[in-house]
Amino acid sequence: MKREYDVLVVGGGPGGAFAAKTFAEKGHSVLLTEKRPAIGAPVRCAEGVGKALMHEFLKPEDGWVAAEIEKANIIAPDGFTMELEPEKAGSEVGYVLNRKVFDRDLVWMAAGAGADVQVKTRAVSPIMEDGAVKGAILNQGGTTHEVRAGLTIAADGVESKFSRWCGIDTTVPFREIETCAQYLMTGIDIDPNATEFFVGNSIAPGGYVWIFPKGDKTANVGVGVGGDRCKPGSRPVDYLNRFIARKFPNGKTLELIAGGVSVCQPLSCTVANNLMVVGDAARVSDPLTGGGIYAALYTGKLAGDVGSKALEDGDTSTQALMPYDSTWRSSYLGKALERNYQIKEVFIRLSDEDLNAIVHSVSKMNLSDFNTLNLIKNIISANPKLAIKLGKAGLKTLLDSL
Amino acid sequence: MIEVHREICAYCGCCVSVCPEGALELVDAYLDIDMNTCIDCGICVRVCPLGALEAKK
Repeated sequence: MKREYDVLVVGGGPGGAFAAKTFAEKGHSVLLTEKRPAIGAPVRCAEGVGKALMHEFLKPEDGWVAAEIEKANIIAPDGFTMELEPEKAGSEVGYVLNRKVFDRDLVWMAAGAGADVQVKTRAVSPIMEDGAVKGAILNQGGTTHEVRAGLTIAADGVESKFSRWCGIDTTVPFREIETCAQYLMTGIDIDPNATEFFVGNSIAPGGYVWIFPKGDKTANVGVGVGGDRCKPGSRPVDYLNRFIARKFPNGKTLELIAGGVSVCQPLSCTVANNLMVVGDAARVSDPLTGGGIYAALYTGKLAGDVGSKALEDGDTSTQALMPYDSTWRSSYLGKALERNYQIKEVFIRLSDEDLNAIVHSVSKMNLSDFNTLNLIKNIISANPKLAIKLGKAGLKTLLDSL
Repeated sequence: MIEVHREICAYCGCCVSVCPEGALELVDAYLDIDMNTCIDCGICVRVCPLGALEAKK
C-alpha cells in the first residue's frame, strides 16, 4: 500500500473532498481519509445552502437536491410572520440538500480526479519533524501506520483535533458553540418551498428553530441554542420536543440528528508549516446562520489552488501557504463572516420584545434595495431603544463591519 | 470525571469542539475521554445537545 503522497487530506466532508479533488486535478498524488465507515453519514447538518453560492462551484444534480427553496419566513416570538420573497431574501433562496448523497458524490469526484480514498481510517497524530507536519499516523481497521505527505489538509470538522495536535488552538469558547438537535420528520403540514426560521428566547435562546423542507410533507426540523444557554431540561432536544409537540404533534420522526456549530471568529491563522485547515475545522461556519457548506467548498478549493502552487514551487512553509489565509479572509466569505459575527453578537442579546419590534419593522421596509446595511439602519431607526442598548461602541463595531 | 451515557449520545462531536484541554475525541461512532487530560471543568456536560454526559464525583 502506498505510504507517501504529495497531499494527505484528513476528513471526507465537503471541505476535504473539494481540496482532494482540486489537488488531484492539478496532478498531485492525494490520499483522503475518513474516520467513519461511510462518507456523509451520520448527517450533522440542516442541509440548506444558498443557490448562487452553490452555483459558484457546482451544478446541482438531482440526487443532491431534496427541495428548492423560493422564500424564507421569519417568525417573531409573538407569532408575526415576515415573508422574504426571492428578490428580497438574497442568498437565503437556495437548496435543501441530501448531504448523504452530496458528500459521497463530492468524494466520488475527488476519486475520479485521481485521489485515493480510505474510509474507517482515522488520523491518530501528526508526524511532526523540525516544526513541520510531515503527514500523519493513521489507524486503519485497528492497525496503525505512517503516511508521509508534503502537505496535510485538516478537514476534520467541528470536532477537529488534527490542527490542535499541530499546535493551533482550535477550542471553541462554550458560549460560541451553537448546540443543535434536529429531526427529519414526515407527515407534517409545511410549505415545501419555504424555509421557516422561528426566533425567541423561550423557543431557542441564542439561536433559532428551523424548518427546512425536504419534499412533500417532509422536513428537517431543528433547533440551535447558544452553548451558555443550554441547561439540564433545557437542552436543544428538549426545546425541539416542545416545539414539535405544539407544531407537529402527528409528525413522524425518521432520523435524530445532533450537532455543534461554531459561531466564533475563525481560527486566527489557518496555515502552519505543511498544514492547511479548511471548513468547520477552521471555524469558518457562518456565525449568524450556522451554514458551513459554502465556506467548506470555498476553503477546500482555495487550499487546493494555493497548496498546489506551493508544492510546485517546492515551498510549503507557513509563509508560502499564507496566501490561502489572506485570500479567504479578504474574500466575500471572510467579510461576510466578520459582518455576521458582529450581527450575531447583537442578535443573541435581544429580548423577545426587541425581536418582535425588529421583525415587525423590517416587514414594513421597502425591500427593493434590501441589503444588510439598509436593514440595520432601518431596524435602528425604527427601534431607537435598541440603538441605546447597543451603545455607541457596539453600534460602531457593527457598522464598521458592514 | 465524566461519564458518557452511550445510549443517549449521538456522537456529534459538539463537546469535543469546546473542550479546552483536548481531552475528548470522537472516534468514529463513540466518544473517547482521556481522564488524565480532563480537568473536570464540566463545559462538555453543559453544551451536550442531548444530555449524554454526566459529571461524576
